[in-house]
Amino acid sequence: MRKGENVLSLTGLTAYKLSELLRKREISSTELTEQHLELINALEGKINAFVTVTGEDAIKQAREIDKRRARGEELPSLAGIPAALKDNMCTKGVKTTCSSEILYNFVPPYDATVVEKLRAAGTVMMGKCNMDEFAMGSSTENSGFAPTKNPHDLRAVPGGSSGGSAAAVAAGEVVFSLGSDTGGSIRQPASFCGVIGLKPTYGYVSRYGLIAFASSLDQIGPFTRDMTDCALVMNAIFGHDSKDSTSAPVEAPDFTGYLKDDVKGLKIGIPKEYMQSGIDQQVAAYVKKAIEKLEELGAFCEEVSLPHTEYALPAYYIIAPAEASSNLARYDGVRYGLRVEADDTISMFNETRSRGFGEEVKRRIMLGTYALSSGYYDAYYLKALKIRTLVKQDFDEAFAKFDCLLTPTSPTPAFDFGEKADDPLSMYMSDICTIPVNLAGIPALSLPFDTVDGRPVGLQLIGKAFDEGTLLRVAYTLEQNTDLTRPKPDLEGGAAE
Amino acid sequence: MSNSHKYETVIGLEVHVELKTKTKIFCSCPTEFGGEENTHVCPVCLGLPGVLPVLNKRVLEFAIKAGLALDCEIAGFSKFDRKNYFYPDLPKAYQVSQYDLPICKEGRLEIEAEGKKKTIGITRIHMEEDAGKLLHSGTTITSSHYSLADYNRTGVPLIEIVSEPDMRSAQEARAYLEKLKMILEYIDVSDVKMEQGSLRCDANISLRPIGAEEFGTRAEIKNMNSFKALQKAVEYEVERQAEILDEGGSIVQETRSWDEEKGVTVSMRSKEEAHDYRYFPEPDLVPIVVEPAWVEELRNSLPELPDERKGRLVNVLGLSEYDAGIITGSRALAEYFDRIVACYEEPKAVANWINGEFLRLLNAQGLEVTESKIDPEDFAALLRYIADGKISGKIAKEVFAEMFEKGEKPDEIIKRKGLIQISDEGALSAVVEKIVAGNPKSVEDYKAGKEKAIGFLVGQVMKETKGQANPGLVNKLLQERLESL
Repeated sequence: MRKGENVLSLTGLTAYKLSELLRKREISSTELTEQHLELINALEGKINAFVTVTGEDAIKQAREIDKRRARGEELPSLAGIPAALKDNMCTKGVKTTCSSEILYNFVPPYDATVVEKLRAAGTVMMGKCNMDEFAMGSSTENSGFAPTKNPHDLRAVPGGSSGGSAAAVAAGEVVFSLGSDTGGSIRQPASFCGVIGLKPTYGYVSRYGLIAFASSLDQIGPFTRDMTDCALVMNAIFGHDSKDSTSAPVEAPDFTGYLKDDVKGLKIGIPKEYMQSGIDQQVAAYVKKAIEKLEELGAFCEEVSLPHTEYALPAYYIIAPAEASSNLARYDGVRYGLRVEADDTISMFNETRSRGFGEEVKRRIMLGTYALSSGYYDAYYLKALKIRTLVKQDFDEAFAKFDCLLTPTSPTPAFDFGEKADDPLSMYMSDICTIPVNLAGIPALSLPFDTVDGRPVGLQLIGKAFDEGTLLRVAYTLEQNTDLTRPKPDLEGGAAE
Repeated sequence: MSNSHKYETVIGLEVHVELKTKTKIFCSCPTEFGGEENTHVCPVCLGLPGVLPVLNKRVLEFAIKAGLALDCEIAGFSKFDRKNYFYPDLPKAYQVSQYDLPICKEGRLEIEAEGKKKTIGITRIHMEEDAGKLLHSGTTITSSHYSLADYNRTGVPLIEIVSEPDMRSAQEARAYLEKLKMILEYIDVSDVKMEQGSLRCDANISLRPIGAEEFGTRAEIKNMNSFKALQKAVEYEVERQAEILDEGGSIVQETRSWDEEKGVTVSMRSKEEAHDYRYFPEPDLVPIVVEPAWVEELRNSLPELPDERKGRLVNVLGLSEYDAGIITGSRALAEYFDRIVACYEEPKAVANWINGEFLRLLNAQGLEVTESKIDPEDFAALLRYIADGKISGKIAKEVFAEMFEKGEKPDEIIKRKGLIQISDEGALSAVVEKIVAGNPKSVEDYKAGKEKAIGFLVGQVMKETKGQANPGLVNKLLQERLESL
């Protein structure tokens, strides 16, 4: 059951609006949380965005926030707002599985830095979201448990790997969520689910407590329903962390300061390589429509070339699996998680890992192990690192001329379940526009821009390192000047059947 | 016996040294040895999902100090790498180590073995983390029903010091390890206790026909837990390889383990079974950039090293090579010596007492220099008593033993026991008179030419004075008295 007739519906609203209502004490965090939990109960059977819903904890947190507010405490803007986390961020006392059988029972004894920060901000944690196992995949079909459905069309995948986090926000189950992005795992599901997803500059958000897939590429970022929320969540989660050596020691901006409805004079590059290979005609048409809109609003758009783009995907599929093969080696059944008993230690390792990991994870562990093996290191890993440098140089050169770049987020709208599941290569192509960004360590966001047959399409804006500001500004301007950036799923209608 | 004299032995050592930082290399857990199992652990050193390492700066400082003391080049740019292998004592299934860009390289160490001085090259020094410990229900991991894992040691900082294959005998290998231990103790970066595992040594050993340029196939020997074990293992391995070569066989490149009880090396794994560690740069740590100014600061902070110190003791203070060698064998002893000499500028006398009574008592009770209760000033005061002729050497030993036992001041002991030497001629003459009168037989013997008889009479005087008489004076007075008869 959904909410009663005469109750104000609080789901589907943005954090900054809810924050206003909470501050004026027109609503309480407890009722806000209860309504979201009701929606989760109603929808999870169809969507399956969550691995774990922490309803009781959420109500407790909400009551605490209400009490503090009643005492007259000044609270941060996200206080009392229901949110969710991808299930690869460690939560003290709450199961953290990476959607893998090998961690089916793992309960971390500590909070990830982003979790600490959200707790400090008073956010109400609703639960942990489904994902492709260990963040490896583009559809959540690699979840070790069950896939998540796209709220816009239940026949379609939500994208991945942060598919659960994207779907939960799209369906209104939470106000915002966090995902992680190694090769597009925030942006591609954001694009498929019609929400905003930002992958910050590498080093901007602490990785401490994020269960690693590929350490040099992983980055945490927000899913929100509008740009103001994106800025608010970034304010809450970013910042230098002494527990993460790769965390950037940079000054803290106020991201809401970048929300300006003005792109006049901005130079926006359109990388031609992203508009070529295998791109859906409709998607290409929407990118052109966006270009026209931006020009109309006073920006200059011009084609640019990033010549090493075609090598980014193969380089990524050496570097990411190489790091993963090492990062995932600790799941050996000795200390936590799944253990399959066997006659001796080595057999126990083998049995545990054979059963605990899914196909795609095993495929990438094997790829990575091979690439790092003695005699192959120079030919694969070292060469991939060189390509990474070239990809980065391409961006550096482009940014000498342009303030940001505009591309599609993914070559197609969300595809159907099973469509690519048996063809890893075509699945990998879904991330062709997002992967180069991770190799370069720069920020990019996906902004919804219209739909094809009810399935959302996302635009990708790519910026200079630590220049999230320009991305926020351009996306905010598009948001303010079109009605295409907020596609709403029709969950009570046909799609929910 | 084989004809091992046909071959030249080639030895290189890989030495692992636990650094004595307060906390572990990548987290703030204590490094303390011992402690209940799995109590010095946290998510980071347990390698739980999601954790990240942060380098303890003190580890870098200690590694650089070791590099400077061993005359190494310090890398301005260095990095960590992951060494991947599965083992239950390694919670991340990789060890964070350094592969192609170690923090120090190209150093040297001068040793002395069988009376000859020699310089041994240091290839490199790198930093890494230690693994945990396993306790098997059986003898080995494969023959056990279960094994227990203790991760207290996981993440304790190590440096690995790799030598060039410059050693040519078991004696040289041992001398190298002993000298290395001494230097590391001097610069105070490690406890260097082989029995506790804070100093561990692997040896690469090969033989080649005398005169040959090319190295022979080597075996790596592990599990040597003392200097003696190192020496014996090398000697055994040289014999073993020589026998194989004599019989026309060839050496298998392998890792062998020293079996202390049986006194043999046993094959652990061959080259084919060797791990492919799949080293690659550790993406969770940033490269290490060392400012030259900091290196200079650390260089200036280094204490006087053993060779330098020994040179000063021989050339400036006039000690023998032997005495100086013993004193500078440990930094604590050398500093103790210096502190005494600062109060009493007779280095030779100080050296005699240190290398004599002091070390004898220390060794007898199994104590470290730092555990001695004798204050250097008191030590000096005692020596001054002897020099001033106030107490005899014999009495001094007695006093010294009490000082050693209780840390009491020599003045107090001497006063309390009334041990001041009798150097008053009048008082002693009376005693001499009495002894001469009471021992006519000895007096007769002396007069008859048996000069040795005076020894007995001196002894009697000493006995009469409870050892407090000045022996030189007694001798003189006795002689005068006897001559006058």
